[in-house]
Amino acid sequence: MKTFALTRATDPAQAIATASKAKTAQQGAEIRFIGGGTTLIDLMKLNVEQPKTLIDINRLPLDKIEALPDGGLTIGAVVRNSDLAYHPIVRKNYAVLSEALLSGATVQLRNMATTGGNLLQRTRCMYFRETNMPCNKREPGSGCAAITGANRGLAILGTSEHCIATNPSDMNVAMAALEATIHLRGPKGERSVPIADFHLLPGNTPERETVLEPGDLITHVTLPPPVPGSRSLYLKLRDRASYEFALASAAVVITVAGGKITRARIALGGVGTKPWRSNEAENELTNQPATPAVFQKAADAALRGAKPQSQNGFKVELAKRCLVHALKLATQTA
Amino acid sequence: MRFFLADWSRGKEYKKMDSESERSAGRDQPSGNKPEQSFGSPETRRQFLKKFSVTSAAMTLGPQLIGISSAPAAEKTAQVTAENAVDVQLKVNGKDYRLKLDPRTTLLDCLREHLHLTGSKKGCDHGQCGACTVHINGRRVNSCLSFAAMHDGEEITTVEGIGQPGNLHPVQDAFVSHDAYQCGYCTSGQIMSAVALLKEPCGPEDTDVKEFMSGNICRCGAYPNIVAAIQMVRQNTKPQKSA
Repeated sequence: MKTFALTRATDPAQAIATASKAKTAQQGAEIRFIGGGTTLIDLMKLNVEQPKTLIDINRLPLDKIEALPDGGLTIGAVVRNSDLAYHPIVRKNYAVLSEALLSGATVQLRNMATTGGNLLQRTRCMYFRETNMPCNKREPGSGCAAITGANRGLAILGTSEHCIATNPSDMNVAMAALEATIHLRGPKGERSVPIADFHLLPGNTPERETVLEPGDLITHVTLPPPVPGSRSLYLKLRDRASYEFALASAAVVITVAGGKITRARIALGGVGTKPWRSNEAENELTNQPATPAVFQKAADAALRGAKPQSQNGFKVELAKRCLVHALKLATQTA
Repeated sequence: MRFFLADWSRGKEYKKMDSESERSAGRDQPSGNKPEQSFGSPETRRQFLKKFSVTSAAMTLGPQLIGISSAPAAEKTAQVTAENAVDVQLKVNGKDYRLKLDPRTTLLDCLREHLHLTGSKKGCDHGQCGACTVHINGRRVNSCLSFAAMHDGEEITTVEGIGQPGNLHPVQDAFVSHDAYQCGYCTSGQIMSAVALLKEPCGPEDTDVKEFMSGNICRCGAYPNIVAAIQMVRQNTKPQKSA
């Protein structure tokens, strides 16, 4: 690991001023905020990330979960995954988020990993993590070894000819279905970004994963109030029963009234280069009866644009079945 | 079969002695940088190996190297004055330590190389195996995936801090009685996770325990006995209100 200077931030303004001197807030940033460290330290040990300055933000006052006057919820950026997953309001009003968090990683990692850090979780594509291999995300222009290589776990939605890396986060998928808003504070002030716009598709610039600019600090995430009568859940399919990334997952927030689906929010994980919100599936579901045939149509619509690679063609059918099953579970009468 | 049983039980004796002596080696450090005592008994495996490697180095390389080799390796690491060094104060197993550390020092390396608390093990060093599990302010974490300097002023508990030979933590006791290990390398991490699990919202079933213990890998495959040991402790420590 390359050496770095560690500063312990006590004031957000000072942390932002220091970080704004970086050339980029994306891959290879020379100044980085560090929260739980579960992704960043791992990548620093692999020399995939080599920051010269780390700003420890764990002591900043960003560790609260609070109910909002409108019935929504605000979640501080350094709230740990465990605390978020077990928070009574999250369990009651945002079950999909609690389930997604608890399906990811292990107790030890969830005790460390933060909300802000999880939004920025990096891909598990092995070519990204192995500095001897070409990777356009790690080293722009070097090529993508995954397209012709081991791509079983990689994305089928939102890919480009330059990158097929999967966004590995479970939390992000739930946040996408809940239509979370991400609040940033940067050198030019505060701004908020809907989660759908926060992560970028790889396109020609896979090294750019989010809208973050130098000095941008995620301060908190807000969730809109829960929709009355809605049910939500997260279904994750993977190679092992525990402690494994998703091959396919589905986050579903759905309202059924009088046998008809009045509102649906659908996001898929394990298959997209970003947390994959599917408006196509939602359109197929809205104002339709909650039947297996309708669920199947929604799943077909969600995966219509899928581009399978040499080893991950099975993900198309797996993701469809995952979504259909999630919808069945979410609309079952108790 | 008799032979097998005899060997098996003797193997277990060795393991017990070994882990006890390692534990006491860690516990005998009253302050941050005291070198390990190689005199007096009982000698730990670690001390024996160090002496042995010094002797063999001297035999191979000649007497001129003896002086250098006799300084314990861990001591040398601790004395390095690093670029960007940071002052860190940690409370480990109830004792206060003031350290000056290279910022790259993970909490695990700090515990093992600087404080000589070698009960926490380095397995994968990437947060995947759980051998390095310790408690920070009462919560279990992977100490390999955290820089020590980020924990200034925090309370760390390692396997050396939860029980001692003769006064084992109920989880340690249960691991012994259930034979919940084979090679023992993952054991301290398993025990630290299991101790934390007792206070976590883990469901009652074996499958719940397996899920909560999934961050601790055991390549010997002692999983069924680990789960049984944990379930026994939970059974015995259940709050008995009604009835």
